[in-house]
Amino acid sequence: MTAILDTEQTQKASATPPTKLPPSRLLLIDVLSVGSSGLRSRKMRTALSALGIMIGIAAMVGVLGLSESSQADLRKQIEALGTNLLTVSPGSGFGGGDGVLPEEAAAKISRIGPVEITADVVTLEQSVLRNNLVNANETSGLSVVAADENLLSTLNGALSAGIWLDEATAATPNVVLGSVAAERHGIIDVSGGIQLYIGDEWFTVIGILEPFPLAADLDRSVLIGQPVASELFEVELNPSIVYVRTDPSFVDDVRAVLPATADPATPEEVEASRPSELLETQNAIEDSFTNLFLGLGAVSLLVGGVGIANVMVIAVIERRNEIGLRRALGATRAHIRRQFLTESLLLSLIGGIGGVALGIFVTWIYARSQGWDVVVPTLAVVGGMVAALAIGGVAGLYPAMRAARLAPTEALRAA
Amino acid sequence: MTSAGLPAALELIDVVKEYPGLPPVRALDGVSVRIDPGELLAIVGPSGSGKSTMLNVMGTLDLPTSGSVQIDGREVSNFSERKLSAVRSHLIGFVFQSFFLLDGITAVDNVANGLLYSGVSSRIRRQRAAAALETVGLSHRLNHVPNQMSGGERQRVAIARAIVNEPSIILADEPTGNLDTASSETVMGLLRDLNDAGSTIVVITHDKDVAAALPRQVAFRDGRVELDSALAGAR
Ligand SMILES: Nc1ncnc2c1ncn2[C@@H]1O[C@H](COP(=O)(O)OP(=O)(O)OP(=O)(O)O)[C@@H](O)[C@H]1O
Ligand SMILES: [Mg+2]
Repeated sequence: MTAILDTEQTQKASATPPTKLPPSRLLLIDVLSVGSSGLRSRKMRTALSALGIMIGIAAMVGVLGLSESSQADLRKQIEALGTNLLTVSPGSGFGGGDGVLPEEAAAKISRIGPVEITADVVTLEQSVLRNNLVNANETSGLSVVAADENLLSTLNGALSAGIWLDEATAATPNVVLGSVAAERHGIIDVSGGIQLYIGDEWFTVIGILEPFPLAADLDRSVLIGQPVASELFEVELNPSIVYVRTDPSFVDDVRAVLPATADPATPEEVEASRPSELLETQNAIEDSFTNLFLGLGAVSLLVGGVGIANVMVIAVIERRNEIGLRRALGATRAHIRRQFLTESLLLSLIGGIGGVALGIFVTWIYARSQGWDVVVPTLAVVGGMVAALAIGGVAGLYPAMRAARLAPTEALRAA
Repeated sequence: MTSAGLPAALELIDVVKEYPGLPPVRALDGVSVRIDPGELLAIVGPSGSGKSTMLNVMGTLDLPTSGSVQIDGREVSNFSERKLSAVRSHLIGFVFQSFFLLDGITAVDNVANGLLYSGVSSRIRRQRAAAALETVGLSHRLNHVPNQMSGGERQRVAIARAIVNEPSIILADEPTGNLDTASSETVMGLLRDLNDAGSTIVVITHDKDVAAALPRQVAFRDGRVELDSALAGAR
């Protein structure tokens, strides 16, 4: 038998005077394994009690991720749109009737010093049909617009197929389709010389546009040249809207003089706005929703924390004997406290990691469905983990203290 | 009766232990016992006579109300919590009636826990645990969990855990109390073997035959030592 017992004997013979005892020690790596032992042996309970934290963290990461993703998307739109784009449209005057912009409004505006380029569009009361046999009332909600040749460059637009209107094509019956309009008619390329019946004339499709950032109206339009519009439909070309691109440093100054310039007679009936500002407002509205959901996430975190505290208190009661045994094996109160604190921290860490993963997953799914780029803010991930650990620490503190305070003899009493 | 100046493995001098209450319970009422290195003794006595209380005081799980407790030449009755933990970690091995093995882990890991709080690396703990399991004759059960073992086997695992840190003294509170006769005999035989190899062992038992088979008996009644066969023999 044994080396163990032989050394024991020699130890005892030399026991006078008593050597100083080394203190009880629990290695750091053992703190982790001891702290996780309770979780490993009760996997189902571990999973369920981590769930509360997980849901809370997932809510917060998801909400922050979605709000970041949607804001990034808005910023992208704003960037594409440019902050130096202004629009002029006939506002509703004091009389309540719709105002009308003078035909020469765009020309006058382009004479303002810092204005770089302008383009106006005129909405026409014509219908668009695939052929002349369909009842004119059965149109697909698409509007016909007479557009300035400058429109594409003013709005930084792009074509997905074909060509844009130029001086020659604008004077003849040619049409360029907005992205939605093209989709409605199932037209994806312009090679076949497709004809559309507009008003009572045939027009040839020469181009298809990419979607405009925040100009959904144009996406749902078919665009023809202004010369051909006035010739075939005999309409006055009062602009429905004038797009104005200015020197970025004079946006406010230009905006201030736009109404008087566009319509010197009734400037109060002119509305000059800045689309990028609208997007920013939209941003602010989404912020308040974000706050609401963050609040809900915080509540579920709190509930999750209470859940962990509860489970830990139960664990301490159930594992009294284990605590007593560990004390008998030489554990100090600090070792016991550390064990249960570690257990609670690990529990919340599991919840935190699961929550972050779930939050990212939800963000990813939703952002993709919206066509946004997926943005997961580092702050949300780091903040989520810190919050989870803080909750685990607080929730575990009281149970851990209770476990540590338990007297060994009391803990060892058979249950 | 001090034997030739050699320090006792464990000595209680005039130990009193009172539990608060109305009136207070005097579980130990002036107990003096000296245990020399290499002894194997039985503590007997009726239920409630203070046997477990004395064992807890001997093992520093509890402190006496008054009196002196010396372990391996150290006066421990005024030790701090931390120092008492160090005493338990290095000098004492416990064996309990209901084993107190951890359910979820294997025999070798349960035994290795006997060294958990002495700062030894896990590799060495497991090596020594395997050796201790060999000592108790359970080399073939290293990776069994407690649920897969008989009561006798479990108690032998617990004994392996108690000896793995090579303690000055092993304290066993009714180690055969939950075992059938055959298993009891195996366990007591094991304790005797360990004693033959030099271990100092104190065993509380209700079983008169078990007690009679041991070299020394200390009988308790009402918190006092009623009879100590070592002193009776000297007389
Ligand atoms: N924590 C405690 N608080 C109050 N009284 C206690 C406590 N622990 C033990 N006692 C009392 O001290 C006395 C001695 O108890 P102890 O457990 O030492 O007896 P025992 O000899 O081990 O008995 P048994 O053979 O039944 O295990 C008993 O009267 C018991 O009720
Ligand atoms: Mg007892």
